[in-house]
Amino acid sequence: MGGLTLNYIIRRVLIFLLTVWVSITIIFMVARLAPGDPISAMVAQASASMGVVENQDAIIEGWKEYFGLNDPIPIQYVKFLGNLLTFDFGPSLIAFPARVSELIARALPWSIGLGLVTLPLIFFIGNLFGALLAWRRTPGPLKAFIPMTMIFTSLPSVLAGLVFIFVFAFRMKLFPIAGPFGRGMQPSFTIEFISSLIHHGILPVASLVIVSFGFWTLGMRGMMVTTEGEDYMTLADAKGLPPFYVLYRYQVRNAILPQVTALAIALRTLGAGQILVEAIFSYRGIGTLIYTSIRNQDYNTIQGTSFVVILFTAVSVLIIDLIYPLIDPRISLEGN
Amino acid sequence: MAEASGQDVQRRQRKVLEVRNLRVHYETPTGDVIAVAGIDFDLYDGETLGLVGESGSGKSTAAYGILKLVQPPGRIVEGNVVLDGDELVTMNDSNFRQLRWTKLALIPQGAMNSLNPTMRVHRQITDAIEAHEGKQDKEELRQRVLDLFRMVGLPQRLYNMFPHELSGGMKQRVCIAMGIALHPTVIIADESTSALDVVVQRVVAQTMLRVKKALGVSMIMIGHDMGLMAQMVDRIAVMYAGKLVEVSPVETIFEDPLHPYSQVLIESIPSLKERKPLKITEGITHDPRNPPPGCIFQLRCPFVMEHCRSEAPPLREVKARHQVACHLYNDDGSLIEGVKVEAAV
Repeated sequence: MGGLTLNYIIRRVLIFLLTVWVSITIIFMVARLAPGDPISAMVAQASASMGVVENQDAIIEGWKEYFGLNDPIPIQYVKFLGNLLTFDFGPSLIAFPARVSELIARALPWSIGLGLVTLPLIFFIGNLFGALLAWRRTPGPLKAFIPMTMIFTSLPSVLAGLVFIFVFAFRMKLFPIAGPFGRGMQPSFTIEFISSLIHHGILPVASLVIVSFGFWTLGMRGMMVTTEGEDYMTLADAKGLPPFYVLYRYQVRNAILPQVTALAIALRTLGAGQILVEAIFSYRGIGTLIYTSIRNQDYNTIQGTSFVVILFTAVSVLIIDLIYPLIDPRISLEGN
Repeated sequence: MAEASGQDVQRRQRKVLEVRNLRVHYETPTGDVIAVAGIDFDLYDGETLGLVGESGSGKSTAAYGILKLVQPPGRIVEGNVVLDGDELVTMNDSNFRQLRWTKLALIPQGAMNSLNPTMRVHRQITDAIEAHEGKQDKEELRQRVLDLFRMVGLPQRLYNMFPHELSGGMKQRVCIAMGIALHPTVIIADESTSALDVVVQRVVAQTMLRVKKALGVSMIMIGHDMGLMAQMVDRIAVMYAGKLVEVSPVETIFEDPLHPYSQVLIESIPSLKERKPLKITEGITHDPRNPPPGCIFQLRCPFVMEHCRSEAPPLREVKARHQVACHLYNDDGSLIEGVKVEAAV
């Protein structure tokens, strides 16, 4: 019987925890290894813009004490871990006195929304095109058309975004240039707001989808061709099953398995792409937050947002790992 | 060997499948590989025909040609396959799809890879039933599958299992159950016991015989195991390099093989009583893209004559129900003059 075994779940969850722990340790160390010190930099910035700042040293000391930077590194590390567990990343430096967690909480729904639209679209379109490209019965014109849609593949999504902004927003004025919804609107469940949301979302989604789905198309086509040669495909034909049923229940159903594995790996690149696309479209998501915090050397926000990105990637991978035994009945044996 | 009763003999007058001049080529950059070079044979009602030959002789390709399952770069170049009065080669796909499985079923080498790894066993039987008979009551379908399981000796607990949870012999029996699900007129069994160990092979072979008897289907069994064939089939057709070289009732061919290739083939069945050197020392020697003119076996034939190098011998009946494609024999089955009899056997 296919399904999850307890052993399998425990192992996957342990791997998940290990991944997150290693990643956050790296974040902690990178921040400490980087040259300079954020407080001095901040005060120096302030003095540069406002002229002389009195009691500079006292201010720096005070802030250092406040941010806990005078503690020994191991203590800082333990505090850091503890804070992360409670999603407390300290105050934001650029939006002070707002907490980083508040900024993240505000940005997160936008990013999740964008990801939840683009990722399934990429996976669906990519695999659909790949399956059609390999299927024997696909009409010729369609087979000729699909490769043409893939010309943007492997372009950086930012570049596609810039091109789209220039062509469709700036020149043709078909879509707004930036922002998640119309200026002056309040998020609400009205048709007006939702249509504005969709209108603003089309270009960011399109620039993410158009550069990524080709990867899935090629992968799926390859797997479809491999599957086509399997004995069970011949037997399915011999049984006189309807061609479309053979396509999805025999060929696609088996060809898609490695694609799902690849999804776990591809999540990282997709996430990275989304961060940059959000930034150029001034979408209110985590990507834009990361972008502004890096530009302004807002260490706390950088750490917080990185942690969120890591957590999301790891959780997605964990989910895929847990789903996999359900779609491939042979995997569940591994846990025994 | 199936004993033929009087009633059987009458039934066996009726041809259910006629194969005429079937040719299957595989396209390659350096020319077509002639896998099946125009074969003719008949299958009679209720009979089991064994199609034997070494690897690469085209026996499986011939079977897949009859089933119209030859995959590109292979294609059926010419020929006719008539099943119960319907010509299959020229029939369009959707019409032929209706005939598949209801009239012409395949028992593949199921121990290997013939079952869909992502589908439960019962579903792979019921999808064929439903494809041809339409949606059905779940409980009825379940009973039908369990009946099929009983016929082939599978335990009921396999019903909900996935293929990877089954042993090779079980998978093979699932394939047999699948093949007989719609009571087809003709079943083609392609090396159905080849990948199994001898014990399981015997069980599966017996299952096939029993099922075949119970249903009275006609069957083409493809294989290379002459010993197994001797126990399972009524007639044997020997294939060499895409051609049928001899077709004969099974008793006759073991006692009196006519074609030199059949002779070495039967000679090479190992015996417990004596140790003898293997007569067959090589495989098909010529390039299958470019067969020599004349007899297909001339390069390996110990009795090759001048005549054989220019003119291909046709398959003709030289004794009762015994056909051979060889210049060594007169039309009445006697050896032509000048050939030493003792050398021929």
